[in-house]
Amino acid sequence: MKKIYLDYAATTPVKANVLEKMMPFFTDKFANPSSIHSFGEEAVFALDDSRKAVAQFLNSHQREVVFTASATEANNMAVLGASNNGHIITSSFEHEAVLGPCKTHTDVTYLPVYKEGVVKVEDVLKEIKENTTLISIMYVNSEIGTIQPIKEIGEALEEVNKNRKNKILFHTDAVQAANYLSCDVNNLKVDLLTLSGHKIYGPKGVGVLYVREGSKISQILYGAHQERGHRPGTENIPAIVGMGEAIRSIDVNDSKKTKTMRDKVIDGITSSISGAALNGSRENRIANNINITFTGVEGESMLIALNEEGIAVSTGSACASNSLSPSHVLLSLGLSHRAAHGSLRITLGSMTTEKEIDELLTKLPPIVERLREISGR
Amino acid sequence: MKSYYSKEAVQRFMHPKFFGEMKDADAVGVVGNERCGDEMEIYIKVDNGKIINASFRTLGCAAAIATSDVVCEMVIGKNIKDAVELTEKEMVEKLEYLPNTKVHCASLALNGLRAAVENYEK
Ligand SMILES: Cc1ncc(COP(=O)(O)O)c(C=O)c1O
Ligand code: FES
Repeated sequence: MKKIYLDYAATTPVKANVLEKMMPFFTDKFANPSSIHSFGEEAVFALDDSRKAVAQFLNSHQREVVFTASATEANNMAVLGASNNGHIITSSFEHEAVLGPCKTHTDVTYLPVYKEGVVKVEDVLKEIKENTTLISIMYVNSEIGTIQPIKEIGEALEEVNKNRKNKILFHTDAVQAANYLSCDVNNLKVDLLTLSGHKIYGPKGVGVLYVREGSKISQILYGAHQERGHRPGTENIPAIVGMGEAIRSIDVNDSKKTKTMRDKVIDGITSSISGAALNGSRENRIANNINITFTGVEGESMLIALNEEGIAVSTGSACASNSLSPSHVLLSLGLSHRAAHGSLRITLGSMTTEKEIDELLTKLPPIVERLREISGR
Repeated sequence: MKSYYSKEAVQRFMHPKFFGEMKDADAVGVVGNERCGDEMEIYIKVDNGKIINASFRTLGCAAAIATSDVVCEMVIGKNIKDAVELTEKEMVEKLEYLPNTKVHCASLALNGLRAAVENYEK
């Protein structure tokens, strides 16, 4: 049985050209870029080349690109480094890597995201206080794929900041956006932006924090001088090389093709299965995300049944989480625990084919039907 | 390396034998799991103090479905007094093993059975 992977929001495989570019940096070109001999120089060139690739993608200066050990680390650096003991505005459905550090602060406003899963610009503006130091809103939600109005917030904030002595910094976690949306930081008007290697067909354990020139963020890690002190520790050169190559390999044409398949899945499932409803806005939605709640079935059981057919997906059901609590993202949409219980997330990627989609659309309806017979609901 | 679910658990989940509402049941135990949101009904038919048939309806994870099926199979033919003595451990053994986070699903099935017996004795 040929297995079908439809969980690209969890992680992506490393593209062949990316791996190829990384390989020499494990062995022949193994040096520490802090060494000033010729070996070290080679590593410096590689580091610079990757930084250039990221800067080009972000339309930023190279010195504004900080390589980190993950997007989680980058988000922590942004929140803890920029909050400056002031007031933080974020949304209720951020990734744990933003919500976690926010929880270490007391003065935080968690914005509602409504049924559509989209933050309102006016809500952001309404919550700004005298002591607000940071606004952190994700670009695309990882579970329901909804796109947030980052550019609109950035523009509005620019106006607000004109009349403020203590400027508010604007951070966005763009981890789930990078494959399909422009991450031009000057267009978005963000001061801080997070990327992750393993969501863009690069390696795991590498991320980026873009830090706009002049933004005051305090260090959260202390050590040597690497990454201008923002992220001390010997650079993970193979992974950073992979990150650079992965960013160069992002193909904007993927978006259209993926979106067509996404729509086929959404329409296919909601028309062939009763009691199936899409979670989050359909219009403001990233090209590769489908998140659907089915009445009368539990998500983990659907996941396991699909897995028996060789199809890999994910769910926001409490039953699939170690904590046995439903996804905070689905609850933030106002869904009941019961509705979150019956959710399935299907995320497409660059290797997804029409044939795989058809297979899913054939295999899913009988599974839901069988499980509904078992639940009697 | 063990897979998340045992072969036996997956087999049970994919092909349960005892699901479905029992129209002529003598008692039903209705239980739910506050934590993860599962709902379960265990039906029993009793003759002369002996459980002669059992079935279930479960809205829950694969483990909840598999353990519901196991509980039904294990109590059919048992005296109700013996049936309530059944333990989680025996049920889990029947499935080879269960992930740690899924043992509460077996407890739920067991509580369903006990609730059914309690209702029968009322
Ligand atoms: C939106 C978002 N932010 C952050 C992360 C964390 O990324 P990493 O695994 O690189 O720490 C993820 C991945 O799960 C994500 O989807
Ligand atoms: S039924 Fe929820 S974890 Fe098993």
